[in-house]
Amino acid sequence: MTYKVMKKNVMKAIAAGKRLDSRELFEQREIEVKFGVSNKAEGSVSVKMGKTEVVCGIKMGVAEPYTDHENEGTMMTSLELTPMSSPDFEYGQPSIQAVETARIIDRGIRESGFIDFKKLCIKEGEKVWSIFIDLATINDDGNLIDAGALAALLALRVARFPVYDEKKEKIEFGEFTDKKLPLNVDKMPVTLTFFKIGDSLFFDPTREEEDACDGRLTMEISKPGKEEMINAMQKGGEACLTIDDVEKMVEEGTKAHKKLSNLIETEVEKAEKSEKHGKKK
Amino acid sequence: MTEKSKKEIVIPGEIIAKGDEFLPGDWTMKQGDNVVSTRLGVVEKSDKLIKVIPLSGVYIPRPGNTVIGEVKDIAVAGWMMDVGGPYSAFLPLRECPGFIETSEMENVYGIGDLLVTQIFNVGRTSVDLTMKSRERGALTKIKDGTIIKVNPHRVPRVIGKEGSMISLIKNATKTNITVGQNGIIWIKGDKIDDELFAERAIKFIVENTTADGLTEKVEKWLAENKEGGKK
Amino acid sequence: MAYTKRFDGRKLDELRPIQAKVGVIPNADGSALFGQGDTIAIAAVYGPKILNPKHQQNPEKGVLRVHYNMLSFSVGERIKPGVSRRSQEISKVTEWALTPLVMLDELPGTVIDIHINILQANAGTRCAGINAAAMALAHAGIPMKEMISAVAIGSMGGTITTDISKEEEDYEEDGEKAATDIPMTFLSNSEKITLLQLDGAIPAKKLKEALEAGKEACKKINEYQKKALKEYK
Repeated sequence: MTYKVMKKNVMKAIAAGKRLDSRELFEQREIEVKFGVSNKAEGSVSVKMGKTEVVCGIKMGVAEPYTDHENEGTMMTSLELTPMSSPDFEYGQPSIQAVETARIIDRGIRESGFIDFKKLCIKEGEKVWSIFIDLATINDDGNLIDAGALAALLALRVARFPVYDEKKEKIEFGEFTDKKLPLNVDKMPVTLTFFKIGDSLFFDPTREEEDACDGRLTMEISKPGKEEMINAMQKGGEACLTIDDVEKMVEEGTKAHKKLSNLIETEVEKAEKSEKHGKKK
Repeated sequence: MTEKSKKEIVIPGEIIAKGDEFLPGDWTMKQGDNVVSTRLGVVEKSDKLIKVIPLSGVYIPRPGNTVIGEVKDIAVAGWMMDVGGPYSAFLPLRECPGFIETSEMENVYGIGDLLVTQIFNVGRTSVDLTMKSRERGALTKIKDGTIIKVNPHRVPRVIGKEGSMISLIKNATKTNITVGQNGIIWIKGDKIDDELFAERAIKFIVENTTADGLTEKVEKWLAENKEGGKK
Repeated sequence: MAYTKRFDGRKLDELRPIQAKVGVIPNADGSALFGQGDTIAIAAVYGPKILNPKHQQNPEKGVLRVHYNMLSFSVGERIKPGVSRRSQEISKVTEWALTPLVMLDELPGTVIDIHINILQANAGTRCAGINAAAMALAHAGIPMKEMISAVAIGSMGGTITTDISKEEEDYEEDGEKAATDIPMTFLSNSEKITLLQLDGAIPAKKLKEALEAGKEACKKINEYQKKALKEYK
C-alpha cells in the first residue's frame, strides 16, 4: 500500500515531468530476461522490470476444438497474483485485477494474429493443440500488465512442441521436439500501458506511481508491414482521456514498440544461439 | 574455531561460544554446553556477555522511540495507528497538544495521514503513542515530502554517532530528514530533486552498513553524485 | 538386479547439485530460492504481523501459516492454478515441520505467513520448499532455536538412495514399482525429525539406514543454507 503523502509526491513530480527514480516520463526501467525458469514447461521465462518480476510458462495440451472453429487450436491465458509477491494479494478466487490483466494480455495475442491457430489443428473437428499461457507474479512493483505481456511473448517465442504419440493420442510430457509454435513473428503485438495523473501521461510505473494514478490505457501494437497496427486497447480507471492524450500515446507507443520489439528479438536470438551451442556439446 | 570474529554473520542455531566463558545475552540461548544464536545477525561480546545484533526483522518498539506511523482508524478516544511490526498502536486524544473536540478528530489526523510520533509505553502486543514533545514541532503530521522505508535494523547506521551521518546528508542535500526508529524516513526539501538525492544517499548507507569507514565512503559518494547523477 | 548404479550417475549418498540464494523477493520480509537438481522452490516470509480476525490470535504465542503451491507449468501435464488436496496436505505437514524450531513464544498474538511456490518439479518439492522456507525465515529475522533441512531418501528395491529424482521415484523391478519415497527433515542442532512421510514398500529393518542417510544429507544441505545466508548483505 502506498502512503497518501507519497501519492501526493508522485503527482507533484509527474506534473513537473519527473519520476521519483529519476527516469523520464517515457522511459522504461531496466528489463532483465531469463529463459528456462521451468524446464517442465514447453517454454518459460522470467521478466524483471526494475523490481517487478513475472514468470511465464507455456504448457501445451490436446483438446477438442470449439464447434465454430473446428480446424483451429485454442489458447488460454491465466495470471496468478501470488501472495508471495505482495502483501496486497490474497489467496482465493482470482481477483478482478488478475482476471482483467490476463484478458488484456490474451486479447493482444489473439487479435494480432501472432499465433496461427489453424496450424494447431491435429484432426479437424476432433483434436487440436491448446496453448496455456500461465503467468505468475514473483514481486510486484507496478506495471504488471506490460511485464506479463512481455513475458508471454518471450515464452511463446522460445516454446517447443512436446512429443505427441498419434497412436495413443497422448502427449509424452517432458519430451520436446525441435518444432517451434506456429507464430507469425511479424504480427507480434507489444503491450504498452500508459498512465495518467492530472494531465500528465507516462508509462512503466512503479507500484507507488501506479497507486497514485487516476487511470490507464493499454495499447497492443504490432507492425506486420510498414505501418504500426493497434490490435487491442483497454481503458482502466476513472480518469478521462482527451483525443490529444490518445494521440500522444500512439506517438510514444510506436517509439516504445520499436525498442521493445528489438529487445525481444535480441533476447530470443541469444536464447537460440545458446541452445544451438548447448546441443553441439 | 568456535568464537566468531566481530563482523561475521551468524545464523540461527549456529554455535557462537562454548563452555562457560560467556553468558548468553540478547538473541542467544544455551544449548547444552554451547551458546547459540537465535537470529541472523552479528556477534557482539562485552566482558562476560555474548549477544547477537540482528541484521533483519520487523521493528521492535521501545519507549522513547520516535517513529513514523500511519493513521489506520479513528476510535472513540484516539487514533489506531500502524507503526510497523506486529503491534497495535494507539494514540489517545489526551496525548495530543491542545484541546480537540471529538467531532474534529478526523480533521486533525485523518485515515491515511502519516505522523511523526513518539512511543511512551510498550505492552506485550501493543504500544501507546504521544504527540506531546518537549521540542516544539518535533512531533507533527507529515503534509508533504518523500517517504522511504528501510530495514529498521539499519537505522542506527543511517543516524550515525550522535546524528553525525544524518547531519552530513542533510547538509549535502539541503533537506530536512526525520528518521523513524521503525525504519520509515521523511525527507523534506525545497526541491524534489534534493529529496531524491537524499533518498539515494540513505539507500547507499543502508546497502553498505557492514562496510568499514562508512562516513568517508558516504562523503565520497555525496561529492561524486552531487550533480544529480543518475542511478 | 539390484539398484547399484544411479540413473544420473550419482553415488548412493550424493545430493543433486544445489543452488541456494537469499533475498529473491524484495517485497517480502524474508525470501529465498532453493534448488536440488531440477527441483526449484522459492519461499517468501511476511511477518510477524498482527493476526486478524482477532479471535484467531493466540495470546500465548505466534502462529505459523504455510501455503505450498505448485505453479501450473512446473510439471509435465499442466495443473490447474489454485489449491488442491495435495497442496493443502503438504502445506500442513510443512507447517508441522517448521513450527518446532521457531520461537513463537516470543511473538504472541502474531502470524508469520510462509508462501512456497514450486517453479520446476522433479521430485522432492516439499523438501526443497522447506529448505527455502528455513532460509527465508532466518532472512526475515524470525527468532529460531536452530535451522532445518529436508531431503527425500529412497529405497530402490531395498537400496538406500539419497535425494531421489523423479526418474528414481518411478523405478521398477520386474515390471513392478520398486521405489519407496521417504521425505524427512532434520533439525540442525538437536538432530530431531519434524517431518516424516513414506510411500512405497521398504523392509522395516532398512528404515533406520534410511533415516541415517537422511541425517547425513541434511547436514550437507545445512551447509549450503548457512553459506547463502552468510553471504547475504
